[in-house]
Amino acid sequence: MALTGAQILWEALVRQGVTDVFGYPGGAILPAYDAMLGYPVRHILVRHEQGATHMADGYARASGKVGVAIATSGPGATNMVTGIATAMMDSSPIVCITGQVGSKLIGSDAFQECDITGITLPITKHNYLVTRAQDVAPAIFEAFAVAKAGRPGPVLVDITKDAQQTSCDVDWAAAEPHLVEAFDEALPGDGDYRDAVELINSAERPLILAGHGVMQSGAERDVLLLAERAGIPIAVTLLGIGGVPASHPLNLGMMGMHGEAFVNNAIQQADLLIALGMRFDDRVTGNLKTYALNARKIHVDIDRAELNKNVRVDVAIAKDLRTALAEWIPLIKKGDRKAWLDAIDVMKGDTAVRDIQNLPDNGHLYAAHVINDLWRLTAGGAVVVTDVGQHQMWEAQYYKHDRSRSLITSGGLGTMGFALPAAIGAKVARPDAEVWVVCGDGGFQMTMCELATIVQEGLDVNVAIINNGYLGMVRQWQEFFYEKRYAATPLIGPDFAKLAQAFGIDGVAVTERSGVAAAVNGARKSRRATVIDFQVEQEDSVFPMVPAGADLHKMILRPSPSPIVETAAD
Amino acid sequence: MLHTFAVYVDNKPGVLNRVASLIRRRAFNIESLTVGHTESAGVSRMTVVVDTDEYGARRLEAHLSKLVPVRRVHNITATPSIARDLALIKVAATGDARPHVMQLVDVYRARIIDVSPESLVVETTGTEDKIDSLVEVLRPYGVIEMVRTGRIAMARGSSGSDHKVTARVGQPTVAGGDGSSGSV
Repeated sequence: MALTGAQILWEALVRQGVTDVFGYPGGAILPAYDAMLGYPVRHILVRHEQGATHMADGYARASGKVGVAIATSGPGATNMVTGIATAMMDSSPIVCITGQVGSKLIGSDAFQECDITGITLPITKHNYLVTRAQDVAPAIFEAFAVAKAGRPGPVLVDITKDAQQTSCDVDWAAAEPHLVEAFDEALPGDGDYRDAVELINSAERPLILAGHGVMQSGAERDVLLLAERAGIPIAVTLLGIGGVPASHPLNLGMMGMHGEAFVNNAIQQADLLIALGMRFDDRVTGNLKTYALNARKIHVDIDRAELNKNVRVDVAIAKDLRTALAEWIPLIKKGDRKAWLDAIDVMKGDTAVRDIQNLPDNGHLYAAHVINDLWRLTAGGAVVVTDVGQHQMWEAQYYKHDRSRSLITSGGLGTMGFALPAAIGAKVARPDAEVWVVCGDGGFQMTMCELATIVQEGLDVNVAIINNGYLGMVRQWQEFFYEKRYAATPLIGPDFAKLAQAFGIDGVAVTERSGVAAAVNGARKSRRATVIDFQVEQEDSVFPMVPAGADLHKMILRPSPSPIVETAAD
Repeated sequence: MLHTFAVYVDNKPGVLNRVASLIRRRAFNIESLTVGHTESAGVSRMTVVVDTDEYGARRLEAHLSKLVPVRRVHNITATPSIARDLALIKVAATGDARPHVMQLVDVYRARIIDVSPESLVVETTGTEDKIDSLVEVLRPYGVIEMVRTGRIAMARGSSGSDHKVTARVGQPTVAGGDGSSGSV
């Protein structure tokens, strides 16, 4: 039976197991929207196409499935660019479908025409311009295969209006993708796992660096197995949080710019770094010239192009992490490495004393307290979706994630405005999960239009705004490195509680620590979304900190005893 | 140092753009890039010369391998191989100069393929060194115009041909990249 290109699109999506798509209609995608009504797919109407891509991204990260976003040509497509770049940097598998003007009009500057395959070429794994109905199914199938293969990432399929409108017969078997041999071939320079095993067995001070790849590969258990078998401590990247339980005694916590100083010092003193599914980002290494000079290095990543990119390593293995670890583990000598673990304990020093959680409540509302309270009140069981900035780092420090895929955050691109839409995606993917947005007042205002999406879809997503009236992380840099010249960082926002109410969502403001529990519990009990405006200390800073490009061991520590710069209001 | 890659790609619209864009955004500098058909229908071969170190070369090889229309990448820098460049050189040659120019062309085993009252067009193939050297000796007579293909290269003997790259079957015949309609 002949189907239109638009029908083939939905049939292909359904055959790929798609049940939910995030989108916004428009002229060039209208035939697809018209055909959608005949297929069992839930469409979530977003308020801005950037939101659709972040939702698809949040959906993918929460579930491990491919997220789908759909938009029209021209501005609909260009609005997706930030979300696609975000997914590219954080290796999130999404497929974006855009309408395009009729194939006869391409190149003529037609209404809402734009070369979206050209624009997204450097920020997608691959993209397709489909101009004939018979090419729709193969393109969609291949797009899903590419999005998931190897290191996951975004793929865009641009479909002309006439390709959606014309009809053809489909041979579904022939449309199955014929893909890509590249990842299985060993290339010259590939490391041997036996070298890795030998390095691990002979190391006295080894340290595992666990990244996003641990979860992407489903290697959570295997990493723990390796660590426990050989008594190797673990440090995690921002995107690696949750891959190893925070409460596990061998998990030291987050490394890098805002990791604890003793974690970074352990990296500097280790004699072997075992980097698993991470990519030595500059926020993790600090100054490369002084990075882990004492350590031999093993690097396992599914993306060969990451090996020997920023840090030269002794053994580089381009492989799926779980597969690689399965080879090693039986060959790893058992041990407890007590001396090294004791040495790390000593490095902790007065970390606990300086920790803001151990300071008395002095009437200020600190973001770190809010987030730590949120962790306790949700029993660590929530899926937390953060934005970018100070609150993101405090979340990483003070919400202890024991479960895989329970922290969703924009790491590589650092996209403000990510949290609210990504949380909507996460909630759609996992309706039974408790989903919290933790975001700043700046980032929230970038995409707060998606509150309407929450209402229209009846979603129970709670929002904790860490409201300090500043673009806080930029203000912190201005304080530390620009002599407190606060250029364009003081920020006026609306009354967020009232704003939420205007959308038909519960909204409350909290100004004291004593109000935190009631607000959080109230939001958890209600079966609908709640926005909590936590009006926190304005000039609070994230400690400890490695200044950009500085040596990893030269951190700015938390001031002791009081970490807070007194504000003018005091 | 200069690294030479033989890159087999699907002969599809926009592929050249994808390869060039990748090399640009990863901040490598292209010394030369040539592309043309191969012995297999539907497969084109690029010769890409890039100035980078060993690690950079390995990374670029990996990046290129990740492009969907790229079928195989082979760094033939260390492989015994034949490299050739083709040049057309228009050189001023009037009066007394003309026999001198023709003599030099002869010495270099180049060919004169066009003659006009004021100039000659010289065609030559060879290594880049040889062509550079010919250009240098012609320069005093006045090189009016020159065009070069850039390096094409092939491994010697049977190496490199063990896995023959053939056209993909069942592939979506969709355009990509810049959406242009020309091949590669």
